[in-house]
Amino acid sequence: MNQENASWFRRGIHNGTPIALGYFAVSFTLGIAAKNAGLTAWQGAFASVTTVASAGEFAGFHVIAAGASYVEMAMMMLVINARYLLMSCSLSQKLDPDLPFFHRLIVSWGITDEIFGVAVSVPDKLNPWYHYGMMAIALPGWTLGTFIGVAVGNILPQNMVSALSVGLYGMFLAIIIPPTRKNKVIAGLVAISMLASFAMAKLPVVSGISSGMRTIVLTIVIAGAAAVLFPVKEEQNA
Amino acid sequence: MHNIWIYLLVMAGVTYLIRVLPLTLIRAEIKNQTIRSFLYYVPYVTLAVMTFPAILDATNSMWAGLAALIVGILLAWFGGSLFQVAVAACVIVFVLELFL
Repeated sequence: MNQENASWFRRGIHNGTPIALGYFAVSFTLGIAAKNAGLTAWQGAFASVTTVASAGEFAGFHVIAAGASYVEMAMMMLVINARYLLMSCSLSQKLDPDLPFFHRLIVSWGITDEIFGVAVSVPDKLNPWYHYGMMAIALPGWTLGTFIGVAVGNILPQNMVSALSVGLYGMFLAIIIPPTRKNKVIAGLVAISMLASFAMAKLPVVSGISSGMRTIVLTIVIAGAAAVLFPVKEEQNA
Repeated sequence: MHNIWIYLLVMAGVTYLIRVLPLTLIRAEIKNQTIRSFLYYVPYVTLAVMTFPAILDATNSMWAGLAALIVGILLAWFGGSLFQVAVAACVIVFVLELFL
């Protein structure tokens, strides 16, 4: 690892620390769901280190508890995790076109809502070691939280779980809000996205749509409309 | 009777394919301006959609979640770091829920 990579790795660990703390709290509650579905602590930890998806794992444990078929499990994952397809497309443009194949295999493993959000916000190209730094601290937090959640259940006081669970949203805000100061299009998009998401979550009929599906539909519609109406000039798109 | 380990392998396999295919298949820079713009806007829309209204349901009290949202937006607007905004959101919820 050369010095630049080492420096990016350390920055990754630094910015990955709040992700790891938030993950620990969320995956702790995930562990309780895993336990209810009949998983052991090792199975819960295995699911978290391999799948690395909050909504996806919650849904998966639900499928296991229901005793549904393996095909249904595959379909459920496809729908609820489809947003990672968009994130992966987006991230592909942040990588050096010459980045070796094995780097792409490892970077893919760490595409979560939070790590993606931080990784995609770096100016210019993404150094994979930044991504690895975040993975190195966030994935153990995620896995350990699940393991302990299954093993010891409700040991953390409910008000602690409640407080920790907004940490992830705080991080999302720290990513999307600063660019709205300079870019009116992004400001408008953030406002419209939140309003549309709220409407879809509360209005009759559409409120039955899963949150994973809602994210996909709104992302395609809103980002798509913005791309047609407000195409980005090359220098902004670095 | 289904095997839990096979369920877990299906979960992991499908989810990994979703993540790995675009990143390995799209090697070149996309030239099309509309697609580039779309991918540029994706994270902002996705993260905004996932934040609201979900933040209101994440906490015991909806009002604590709303306060965390407002404090988070203000702090991020005035230049708070990732870590600062995340911690501030947690602290405000913890403190408010002592009273709510």
